[in-house]
Amino acid sequence: MKVVQLPHSLDYRGLDELFAVGEEIGDAKVLFDARRLRWIDPVGMIGILSLGKVVAERIGTRPALQLPEQGEVAGYLGRMGFAAAAGEIFEAEPPLPTRTASASDVLLEITPITRNHDVHAVVERVQDRAGTILSRSLHYPPTAVVQFSVILSEVCQNILEHAEAPGWVCAQTYNWKKRLGRPVLVIGVGDVGRGFQGSLAGEHSGRFGDRWGDSTALEAAFIHGLTRFPDQGRGQGIQQIRKQVRRWNGVIAIRSGSARIADVPDWEELPPLEDGLVRFPGSQITIVLPAATTENE
Amino acid sequence: MAEREEPRGPDPQIDAFSVDVRALLDRSVANLYSHLVTRPTGRAVRLAIEKQLEELDPPSLSLVDLSSVSVLDYSCADEVVAKLLIGQREAALGSFLVLRGVGAHHREPIEAVLERHDLAVVAETDPERFELLGSGSESERWVWTRLESQRRLPARELGGLARVAGASEALEALISRRLLFQDPLHGDVHALSTLIRVPD
Repeated sequence: MKVVQLPHSLDYRGLDELFAVGEEIGDAKVLFDARRLRWIDPVGMIGILSLGKVVAERIGTRPALQLPEQGEVAGYLGRMGFAAAAGEIFEAEPPLPTRTASASDVLLEITPITRNHDVHAVVERVQDRAGTILSRSLHYPPTAVVQFSVILSEVCQNILEHAEAPGWVCAQTYNWKKRLGRPVLVIGVGDVGRGFQGSLAGEHSGRFGDRWGDSTALEAAFIHGLTRFPDQGRGQGIQQIRKQVRRWNGVIAIRSGSARIADVPDWEELPPLEDGLVRFPGSQITIVLPAATTENE
Repeated sequence: MAEREEPRGPDPQIDAFSVDVRALLDRSVANLYSHLVTRPTGRAVRLAIEKQLEELDPPSLSLVDLSSVSVLDYSCADEVVAKLLIGQREAALGSFLVLRGVGAHHREPIEAVLERHDLAVVAETDPERFELLGSGSESERWVWTRLESQRRLPARELGGLARVAGASEALEALISRRLLFQDPLHGDVHALSTLIRVPD
Protein backbone atom coordinates (compact mmCIF):
# COMPACT_ATOMS: atom_id res chain seq x y z
CA MET A 1 0.00 0.00 0.00
CA LYS A 2 1.31 3.42 -0.90
CA VAL A 3 1.29 5.90 1.97
CA VAL A 4 0.80 9.53 0.98
CA GLN A 5 1.31 12.37 3.45
CA LEU A 6 -1.30 15.12 3.23
CA PRO A 7 -0.24 18.72 3.87
CA HIS A 8 -0.33 19.88 7.50
CA SER A 9 -2.39 22.92 6.65
CA LEU A 10 -5.30 22.69 4.26
CA ASP A 11 -7.20 25.79 3.33
CA TYR A 12 -8.16 27.36 0.02
CA ARG A 13 -4.57 28.36 -0.66
CA GLY A 14 -3.42 24.78 -0.19
CA LEU A 15 -5.65 23.13 -2.79
CA ASP A 16 -2.92 22.98 -5.44
CA GLU A 17 -0.56 21.21 -3.03
CA LEU A 18 -3.34 18.78 -2.07
CA PHE A 19 -4.26 17.97 -5.65
CA ALA A 20 -0.58 17.51 -6.53
CA VAL A 21 -0.65 14.58 -4.09
CA GLY A 22 -3.03 12.84 -6.49
CA GLU A 23 -0.36 12.91 -9.18
CA GLU A 24 1.90 10.68 -7.04
CA ILE A 25 -0.67 7.91 -6.95
CA GLY A 26 -0.70 5.12 -9.50
CA ASP A 27 -3.08 2.18 -9.51
CA ALA A 28 -2.04 0.70 -6.16
CA LYS A 29 -4.02 0.90 -2.93
CA VAL A 30 -3.31 4.07 -1.05
CA LEU A 31 -3.40 5.43 2.49
CA PHE A 32 -3.76 9.18 2.98
CA ASP A 33 -1.95 10.05 6.15
CA ALA A 34 -3.38 13.22 7.64
CA ARG A 35 -2.45 12.51 11.26
CA ARG A 36 -0.32 15.64 11.38
CA LEU A 37 -3.09 17.86 10.10
CA ARG A 38 -3.02 21.10 12.10
CA TRP A 39 -5.38 23.39 10.24
CA ILE A 40 -8.24 22.78 7.81
CA ASP A 41 -11.10 24.93 6.53
CA PRO A 42 -14.24 24.04 4.49
CA VAL A 43 -12.31 24.23 1.21
CA GLY A 44 -9.64 21.88 2.57
CA MET A 45 -12.23 19.39 3.84
CA ILE A 46 -14.04 19.31 0.52
CA GLY A 47 -10.65 19.08 -1.18
CA ILE A 48 -9.88 15.86 0.73
CA LEU A 49 -13.28 14.42 -0.16
CA SER A 50 -12.77 15.31 -3.82
CA LEU A 51 -9.28 13.83 -3.89
CA GLY A 52 -10.55 10.64 -2.24
CA LYS A 53 -13.38 10.32 -4.74
CA VAL A 54 -11.08 10.79 -7.73
CA VAL A 55 -8.49 8.35 -6.40
CA ALA A 56 -11.19 5.77 -5.52
CA GLU A 57 -12.45 5.86 -9.09
CA ARG A 58 -8.93 5.55 -10.44
CA ILE A 59 -7.79 2.60 -8.32
CA GLY A 60 -11.19 0.90 -8.15
CA THR A 61 -11.28 0.70 -4.38
CA ARG A 62 -11.71 3.04 -1.43
CA PRO A 63 -8.50 4.68 -0.31
CA ALA A 64 -7.68 4.63 3.39
CA LEU A 65 -7.60 7.81 5.46
CA GLN A 66 -6.00 8.47 8.80
CA LEU A 67 -6.86 11.67 10.62
CA PRO A 68 -5.68 13.07 13.94
CA GLU A 69 -7.31 10.92 16.61
CA GLN A 70 -7.49 13.54 19.32
CA GLY A 71 -7.12 17.22 19.86
CA GLU A 72 -8.63 20.29 18.32
CA VAL A 73 -8.56 19.20 14.70
CA ALA A 74 -10.25 15.86 15.47
CA GLY A 75 -12.96 17.62 17.48
CA TYR A 76 -13.40 20.22 14.79
CA LEU A 77 -13.74 17.61 12.03
CA GLY A 78 -16.33 15.88 14.17
CA ARG A 79 -18.35 19.04 14.59
CA MET A 80 -18.17 19.79 10.87
CA GLY A 81 -19.71 16.42 9.96
CA PHE A 82 -16.65 15.32 8.03
CA ALA A 83 -17.04 11.66 9.04
CA ALA A 84 -20.43 11.19 7.43
CA ALA A 85 -19.25 12.50 4.07
CA ALA A 86 -15.83 10.86 4.21
CA GLY A 87 -17.25 7.52 5.36
CA GLU A 88 -18.73 7.00 1.91
CA ILE A 89 -15.39 7.58 0.20
CA PHE A 90 -12.62 6.34 2.50
CA GLU A 91 -11.79 3.32 4.56
CA ALA A 92 -10.98 4.80 7.92
CA GLU A 93 -9.02 3.03 10.60
CA PRO A 94 -9.35 4.14 13.34
CA PRO A 95 -12.89 5.41 12.69
CA LEU A 96 -13.28 9.04 11.72
CA PRO A 97 -14.31 11.43 14.48
CA THR A 98 -18.10 11.67 14.49
CA ARG A 99 -20.30 14.65 15.14
CA THR A 100 -20.52 15.80 18.72
CA ALA A 101 -23.86 16.57 20.31
CA SER A 102 -23.61 20.33 20.27
CA ALA A 103 -22.78 21.87 16.95
CA SER A 104 -24.32 25.25 17.56
CA ASP A 105 -21.14 27.07 16.55
CA VAL A 106 -21.11 25.43 13.12
CA LEU A 107 -22.57 27.54 10.36
CA LEU A 108 -23.01 24.77 7.81
CA GLU A 109 -21.61 21.26 8.17
CA ILE A 110 -20.33 19.42 5.12
CA THR A 111 -23.50 18.82 3.14
CA PRO A 112 -23.71 16.68 0.01
CA ILE A 113 -25.45 18.34 -2.92
CA THR A 114 -26.97 15.78 -5.23
CA ARG A 115 -30.45 17.12 -5.95
CA ASN A 116 -32.66 20.16 -5.78
CA HIS A 117 -33.96 19.22 -2.35
CA ASP A 118 -30.43 19.49 -0.90
CA VAL A 119 -30.22 23.16 -1.90
CA HIS A 120 -33.49 23.86 -0.10
CA ALA A 121 -32.19 22.03 2.97
CA VAL A 122 -29.04 24.17 2.96
CA VAL A 123 -31.06 27.38 2.77
CA GLU A 124 -33.38 26.23 5.56
CA ARG A 125 -30.42 25.37 7.76
CA VAL A 126 -28.54 28.62 7.32
CA GLN A 127 -31.70 30.66 7.77
CA ASP A 128 -31.96 29.17 11.23
CA ARG A 129 -28.32 29.66 12.19
CA ALA A 130 -26.70 32.30 10.06
CA GLY A 131 -28.42 35.37 11.49
CA THR A 132 -26.64 35.29 14.81
CA ILE A 133 -23.27 34.32 13.34
CA LEU A 134 -23.38 36.95 10.61
CA SER A 135 -24.38 39.72 12.96
CA ARG A 136 -22.26 38.80 16.01
CA SER A 137 -19.10 37.54 14.34
CA LEU A 138 -19.09 39.50 11.12
CA HIS A 139 -21.14 42.55 12.16
CA TYR A 140 -23.27 42.27 9.03
CA PRO A 141 -26.73 43.86 9.02
CA PRO A 142 -29.78 41.64 9.66
CA THR A 143 -30.62 41.67 5.96
CA ALA A 144 -27.35 39.88 5.19
CA VAL A 145 -28.79 36.52 6.13
CA VAL A 146 -31.04 36.54 3.06
CA GLN A 147 -28.19 37.61 0.76
CA PHE A 148 -26.00 34.93 2.29
CA SER A 149 -28.70 32.30 1.68
CA VAL A 150 -29.03 33.42 -1.91
CA ILE A 151 -25.27 33.09 -2.42
CA LEU A 152 -25.35 29.54 -1.04
CA SER A 153 -28.35 28.63 -3.15
CA GLU A 154 -26.72 29.86 -6.34
CA VAL A 155 -23.33 28.21 -5.73
CA CYS A 156 -24.99 24.90 -4.87
CA GLN A 157 -27.09 25.06 -8.01
CA ASN A 158 -23.88 25.47 -9.95
CA ILE A 159 -23.06 21.88 -8.96
CA LEU A 160 -26.45 20.52 -10.01
CA GLU A 161 -26.67 22.35 -13.31
CA HIS A 162 -23.10 22.17 -14.57
CA ALA A 163 -21.11 19.44 -12.83
CA GLU A 164 -23.38 16.49 -13.59
CA ALA A 165 -21.80 14.90 -10.53
CA PRO A 166 -22.41 15.16 -6.81
CA GLY A 167 -20.68 17.79 -4.75
CA TRP A 168 -20.46 19.27 -1.28
CA VAL A 169 -20.88 22.59 0.44
CA CYS A 170 -19.60 23.73 3.83
CA ALA A 171 -19.27 27.06 5.63
CA GLN A 172 -17.71 28.22 8.86
CA THR A 173 -16.38 31.35 10.52
CA TYR A 174 -12.80 31.78 11.74
CA ASN A 175 -10.90 34.46 13.50
CA TRP A 176 -8.05 35.51 11.24
CA LYS A 177 -6.41 37.57 13.94
CA LYS A 178 -2.89 37.40 12.54
CA ARG A 179 -3.71 37.38 8.89
CA LEU A 180 -6.40 40.00 8.65
CA GLY A 181 -7.05 41.16 12.16
CA ARG A 182 -10.70 40.20 12.08
CA PRO A 183 -13.05 37.22 11.66
CA VAL A 184 -13.95 35.80 8.28
CA LEU A 185 -16.57 33.44 6.94
CA VAL A 186 -15.30 30.77 4.55
CA ILE A 187 -17.61 28.94 2.15
CA GLY A 188 -16.28 25.93 0.27
CA VAL A 189 -18.14 24.29 -2.59
CA GLY A 190 -16.70 21.48 -4.67
CA ASP A 191 -17.52 18.68 -7.05
CA VAL A 192 -15.62 16.20 -9.19
CA GLY A 193 -17.78 16.65 -12.27
CA ARG A 194 -16.90 17.85 -15.72
CA GLY A 195 -15.72 21.32 -14.76
CA PHE A 196 -16.39 24.62 -16.51
CA GLN A 197 -14.55 23.65 -19.65
CA GLY A 198 -16.58 20.47 -19.98
CA SER A 199 -19.84 22.22 -19.22
CA LEU A 200 -19.35 25.03 -21.74
CA ALA A 201 -17.47 23.22 -24.51
CA GLY A 202 -20.46 22.17 -26.59
CA GLU A 203 -21.90 25.66 -26.84
CA HIS A 204 -18.88 27.94 -26.73
CA SER A 205 -15.58 26.24 -27.57
CA GLY A 206 -15.93 26.99 -31.29
CA ARG A 207 -15.79 30.73 -30.93
CA PHE A 208 -12.56 30.53 -28.90
CA GLY A 209 -10.76 28.23 -31.35
CA ASP A 210 -7.27 27.25 -30.20
CA ARG A 211 -7.55 29.46 -27.13
CA TRP A 212 -10.27 27.23 -25.65
CA GLY A 213 -9.24 25.69 -22.34
CA ASP A 214 -9.88 25.80 -18.60
CA SER A 215 -8.92 29.44 -18.21
CA THR A 216 -10.98 30.69 -21.18
CA ALA A 217 -13.95 28.65 -19.96
CA LEU A 218 -13.62 30.20 -16.51
CA GLU A 219 -13.37 33.69 -17.99
CA ALA A 220 -16.43 33.02 -20.15
CA ALA A 221 -18.53 32.00 -17.14
CA PHE A 222 -17.04 34.24 -14.47
CA ILE A 223 -16.63 37.46 -16.40
CA HIS A 224 -19.10 37.18 -19.27
CA GLY A 225 -21.82 35.08 -17.60
CA LEU A 226 -21.90 32.45 -20.37
CA THR A 227 -23.50 29.08 -19.71
CA ARG A 228 -24.23 26.04 -21.82
CA PHE A 229 -27.91 26.96 -21.87
CA PRO A 230 -29.21 29.16 -24.69
CA ASP A 231 -31.70 30.75 -22.26
CA GLN A 232 -30.83 34.41 -21.70
CA GLY A 233 -31.79 34.17 -18.04
CA ARG A 234 -29.02 31.71 -17.25
CA GLY A 235 -25.57 32.63 -16.03
CA GLN A 236 -26.69 35.27 -13.58
CA GLY A 237 -25.85 33.31 -10.46
CA ILE A 238 -22.09 33.73 -10.54
CA GLN A 239 -22.39 37.35 -11.67
CA GLN A 240 -24.66 38.23 -8.78
CA ILE A 241 -22.54 36.33 -6.27
CA ARG A 242 -19.48 38.28 -7.45
CA LYS A 243 -21.37 41.54 -6.98
CA GLN A 244 -22.42 40.66 -3.45
CA VAL A 245 -18.96 39.36 -2.47
CA ARG A 246 -17.39 42.59 -3.75
CA ARG A 247 -19.80 44.61 -1.59
CA TRP A 248 -18.63 42.70 1.46
CA ASN A 249 -14.98 43.15 0.39
CA GLY A 250 -14.56 39.40 0.08
CA VAL A 251 -12.82 36.89 -2.15
CA ILE A 252 -14.42 34.58 -4.66
CA ALA A 253 -12.17 32.11 -6.45
CA ILE A 254 -13.08 29.27 -8.76
CA ARG A 255 -10.60 26.53 -9.57
CA SER A 256 -11.56 24.23 -12.41
CA GLY A 257 -9.38 21.82 -14.37
CA SER A 258 -5.95 23.42 -14.41
CA ALA A 259 -6.99 27.07 -13.96
CA ARG A 260 -8.24 29.42 -11.29
CA ILE A 261 -10.02 32.74 -11.60
CA ALA A 262 -10.68 35.09 -8.72
CA ASP A 263 -12.06 38.45 -7.66
CA VAL A 264 -9.71 39.62 -4.97
CA PRO A 265 -9.83 42.60 -2.62
CA ASP A 266 -6.67 44.43 -1.63
CA TRP A 267 -6.08 42.21 1.42
CA GLU A 268 -5.74 39.01 -0.63
CA GLU A 269 -2.79 38.06 -2.81
CA LEU A 270 -4.37 35.49 -5.13
CA PRO A 271 -3.72 36.34 -8.79
CA PRO A 272 -6.90 37.14 -10.74
CA LEU A 273 -6.22 34.34 -13.25
CA GLU A 274 -3.87 31.35 -13.11
CA ASP A 275 -3.35 28.62 -15.67
CA GLY A 276 -1.15 25.53 -15.77
CA LEU A 277 -2.09 24.34 -12.27
CA VAL A 278 -2.22 20.66 -11.43
CA ARG A 279 -5.19 19.30 -13.37
CA PHE A 280 -8.07 18.15 -11.20
CA PRO A 281 -11.64 17.22 -12.17
CA GLY A 282 -14.66 19.36 -11.38
CA SER A 283 -14.77 22.77 -9.80
CA GLN A 284 -13.84 24.14 -6.41
CA ILE A 285 -15.39 27.43 -5.36
CA THR A 286 -14.04 29.43 -2.44
CA ILE A 287 -15.77 32.45 -0.94
CA VAL A 288 -14.18 34.35 1.94
CA LEU A 289 -16.22 37.11 3.57
CA PRO A 290 -14.42 39.26 6.13
CA ALA A 291 -16.10 40.92 9.09
CA ALA A 292 -17.47 44.34 8.30
CA THR A 293 -15.39 47.36 9.12
CA THR A 294 -16.73 50.86 9.42
CA GLU A 295 -15.84 51.35 5.74
CA ASN A 296 -18.12 48.62 4.38
CA GLU A 297 -20.72 48.38 7.12
CA MET B 1 -61.67 78.24 -6.46
CA ALA B 2 -62.57 74.63 -5.78
CA GLU B 3 -61.29 72.20 -8.34
CA ARG B 4 -64.09 70.67 -10.34
CA GLU B 5 -64.12 66.91 -10.30
CA GLU B 6 -63.80 65.37 -13.74
CA PRO B 7 -66.64 63.05 -14.64
CA ARG B 8 -65.16 59.56 -14.67
CA GLY B 9 -65.84 56.91 -17.26
CA PRO B 10 -67.00 53.59 -15.99
CA ASP B 11 -64.33 51.39 -14.41
CA PRO B 12 -62.99 48.97 -16.98
CA GLN B 13 -64.17 45.40 -16.56
CA ILE B 14 -61.15 43.30 -15.84
CA ASP B 15 -60.73 39.91 -14.21
CA ALA B 16 -58.31 40.04 -11.32
CA PHE B 17 -56.64 37.01 -9.92
CA SER B 18 -54.43 36.86 -6.87
CA VAL B 19 -51.69 34.29 -6.39
CA ASP B 20 -50.06 33.87 -3.01
CA VAL B 21 -46.72 32.49 -4.12
CA ARG B 22 -45.93 30.94 -0.77
CA ALA B 23 -49.23 29.07 -0.77
CA LEU B 24 -48.64 28.02 -4.35
CA LEU B 25 -45.11 26.97 -3.44
CA ASP B 26 -46.58 24.75 -0.74
CA ARG B 27 -49.05 23.21 -3.15
CA SER B 28 -46.81 22.90 -6.20
CA VAL B 29 -43.66 21.59 -4.66
CA ALA B 30 -45.09 19.01 -2.29
CA ASN B 31 -45.23 21.28 0.73
CA LEU B 32 -41.56 20.74 1.48
CA TYR B 33 -40.05 24.10 0.86
CA SER B 34 -40.60 27.48 2.37
CA HIS B 35 -38.18 29.48 0.26
CA LEU B 36 -38.34 30.40 -3.38
CA VAL B 37 -34.95 29.05 -4.39
CA THR B 38 -33.65 26.89 -7.25
CA ARG B 39 -34.71 26.87 -10.85
CA PRO B 40 -36.83 23.69 -10.74
CA THR B 41 -38.82 25.11 -7.83
CA GLY B 42 -39.33 28.39 -9.66
CA ARG B 43 -40.40 26.55 -12.78
CA ALA B 44 -42.96 24.49 -10.84
CA VAL B 45 -44.41 27.64 -9.26
CA ARG B 46 -44.54 29.49 -12.60
CA LEU B 47 -46.28 26.59 -14.34
CA ALA B 48 -48.84 26.47 -11.55
CA ILE B 49 -49.48 30.22 -11.90
CA GLU B 50 -49.74 29.96 -15.68
CA LYS B 51 -52.20 27.10 -15.38
CA GLN B 52 -54.45 29.20 -13.19
CA LEU B 53 -54.10 32.21 -15.48
CA GLU B 54 -55.21 30.18 -18.47
CA GLU B 55 -58.66 30.03 -16.96
CA LEU B 56 -59.13 33.80 -17.10
CA ASP B 57 -60.60 35.65 -20.06
CA PRO B 58 -58.63 38.66 -21.24
CA PRO B 59 -58.32 41.38 -20.17
CA SER B 60 -57.11 39.97 -16.87
CA LEU B 61 -54.85 41.13 -14.09
CA SER B 62 -52.81 38.75 -11.99
CA LEU B 63 -51.42 39.76 -8.63
CA VAL B 64 -48.42 37.69 -7.68
CA ASP B 65 -47.99 38.04 -3.94
CA LEU B 66 -44.48 37.56 -2.56
CA SER B 67 -45.18 38.85 0.92
CA SER B 68 -44.71 35.42 2.53
CA VAL B 69 -41.55 34.58 0.62
CA SER B 70 -38.49 35.22 2.78
CA VAL B 71 -35.75 34.06 0.40
CA LEU B 72 -35.92 34.58 -3.35
CA ASP B 73 -32.83 33.69 -5.34
CA TYR B 74 -31.89 34.80 -8.86
CA SER B 75 -32.79 31.51 -10.49
CA CYS B 76 -36.26 31.57 -9.01
CA ALA B 77 -36.74 35.25 -9.79
CA ASP B 78 -35.85 34.45 -13.38
CA GLU B 79 -38.29 31.56 -13.55
CA VAL B 80 -41.18 33.11 -11.67
CA VAL B 81 -41.00 36.81 -12.52
CA ALA B 82 -39.09 37.17 -15.80
CA LYS B 83 -40.46 34.09 -17.52
CA LEU B 84 -43.98 34.87 -16.38
CA LEU B 85 -43.69 38.31 -17.95
CA ILE B 86 -42.17 36.88 -21.13
CA GLY B 87 -44.97 34.32 -21.34
CA GLN B 88 -47.53 37.03 -20.77
CA ARG B 89 -45.98 39.18 -23.51
CA GLU B 90 -46.17 36.27 -25.95
CA ALA B 91 -49.66 35.21 -24.93
CA ALA B 92 -53.01 36.77 -25.74
CA LEU B 93 -53.28 40.53 -25.50
CA GLY B 94 -54.83 41.92 -22.40
CA SER B 95 -53.21 40.05 -19.55
CA PHE B 96 -51.47 42.16 -16.94
CA LEU B 97 -49.27 41.34 -14.00
CA VAL B 98 -48.59 43.18 -10.74
CA LEU B 99 -46.23 41.97 -8.04
CA ARG B 100 -47.44 42.44 -4.50
CA GLY B 101 -45.60 42.28 -1.19
CA VAL B 102 -42.23 43.06 -2.75
CA GLY B 103 -39.84 43.65 0.15
CA ALA B 104 -36.33 45.08 0.18
CA HIS B 105 -34.93 41.53 0.16
CA HIS B 106 -36.81 40.67 -3.06
CA ARG B 107 -35.82 43.74 -5.01
CA GLU B 108 -32.30 42.88 -6.01
CA PRO B 109 -33.00 39.50 -7.63
CA ILE B 110 -36.15 40.83 -9.29
CA GLU B 111 -34.45 43.94 -10.67
CA ALA B 112 -31.44 41.92 -11.84
CA VAL B 113 -33.53 39.50 -13.89
CA LEU B 114 -35.74 42.25 -15.28
CA GLU B 115 -32.71 44.24 -16.44
CA ARG B 116 -31.19 41.16 -17.99
CA HIS B 117 -34.32 40.49 -20.07
CA ASP B 118 -35.10 44.18 -20.67
CA LEU B 119 -38.40 43.81 -18.82
CA ALA B 120 -40.31 45.88 -16.31
CA VAL B 121 -43.09 45.16 -13.86
CA VAL B 122 -45.40 47.13 -11.60
CA ALA B 123 -44.76 46.20 -7.98
CA GLU B 124 -46.44 47.08 -4.70
CA THR B 125 -43.44 47.70 -2.46
CA ASP B 126 -45.37 48.98 0.55
CA PRO B 127 -49.10 48.91 1.18
CA GLU B 128 -50.70 51.14 -1.48
CA ARG B 129 -47.29 52.20 -2.82
CA PHE B 130 -46.52 51.04 -6.34
CA GLU B 131 -43.23 51.28 -8.23
CA LEU B 132 -42.04 50.48 -11.70
CA LEU B 133 -39.18 47.97 -11.39
CA GLY B 134 -36.84 46.95 -14.17
CA SER B 135 -35.82 48.51 -17.43
CA GLY B 136 -37.35 51.63 -18.99
CA SER B 137 -36.39 54.99 -20.42
CA GLU B 138 -36.47 58.21 -18.43
CA SER B 139 -39.57 59.26 -20.39
CA GLU B 140 -41.31 55.98 -19.64
CA ARG B 141 -40.58 56.35 -15.94
CA TRP B 142 -41.81 59.93 -15.98
CA VAL B 143 -45.08 59.05 -17.73
CA TRP B 144 -45.62 55.97 -15.57
CA THR B 145 -45.05 57.94 -12.34
CA ARG B 146 -47.44 60.64 -13.50
CA LEU B 147 -50.11 58.09 -14.37
CA GLU B 148 -49.56 56.23 -11.10
CA SER B 149 -50.08 59.40 -9.05
CA GLN B 150 -52.99 60.55 -11.22
CA ARG B 151 -54.34 56.97 -11.36
CA ARG B 152 -56.17 57.54 -14.63
CA LEU B 153 -55.71 59.71 -17.69
CA PRO B 154 -58.95 60.35 -19.57
CA ALA B 155 -58.78 59.88 -23.33
CA ARG B 156 -59.43 63.54 -23.98
CA GLU B 157 -56.31 64.52 -22.02
CA LEU B 158 -53.95 62.36 -24.00
CA GLY B 159 -53.30 65.27 -26.35
CA GLY B 160 -52.03 67.37 -23.45
CA LEU B 161 -49.55 64.72 -22.52
CA ALA B 162 -48.35 64.56 -26.11
CA ARG B 163 -47.05 68.15 -25.82
CA VAL B 164 -44.27 66.89 -23.54
CA ALA B 165 -41.33 65.73 -25.64
CA GLY B 166 -41.17 61.94 -25.84
CA ALA B 167 -44.25 61.41 -23.67
CA SER B 168 -46.49 60.05 -26.42
CA GLU B 169 -43.97 57.44 -27.42
CA ALA B 170 -43.36 56.56 -23.79
CA LEU B 171 -47.10 56.17 -23.17
CA GLU B 172 -47.42 53.90 -26.21
CA ALA B 173 -44.48 51.84 -25.02
CA LEU B 174 -45.91 51.49 -21.50
CA ILE B 175 -49.27 50.39 -22.86
CA SER B 176 -47.70 47.89 -25.23
CA ARG B 177 -45.46 46.58 -22.42
CA ARG B 178 -48.63 46.17 -20.33
CA LEU B 179 -47.41 48.49 -17.61
CA LEU B 180 -50.48 50.67 -18.09
CA PHE B 181 -53.96 49.66 -19.19
CA GLN B 182 -55.86 51.46 -21.94
CA ASP B 183 -59.59 50.90 -21.81
CA PRO B 184 -60.48 49.64 -25.29
CA LEU B 185 -63.96 51.21 -25.13
CA HIS B 186 -63.25 54.69 -23.81
CA GLY B 187 -59.53 55.08 -24.51
CA ASP B 188 -58.79 56.16 -20.92
CA VAL B 189 -55.41 55.03 -19.62
CA HIS B 190 -55.28 53.49 -16.14
CA ALA B 191 -52.45 52.79 -13.74
CA LEU B 192 -52.51 49.06 -13.02
CA SER B 193 -52.80 49.78 -9.31
CA THR B 194 -56.30 51.16 -9.90
CA LEU B 195 -57.45 47.91 -11.43
CA ILE B 196 -56.80 45.73 -8.45
CA ARG B 197 -60.14 44.35 -7.51
CA VAL B 198 -59.81 40.93 -6.04
CA PRO B 199 -63.13 39.11 -5.74
CA ASP B 200 -63.94 37.95 -2.22
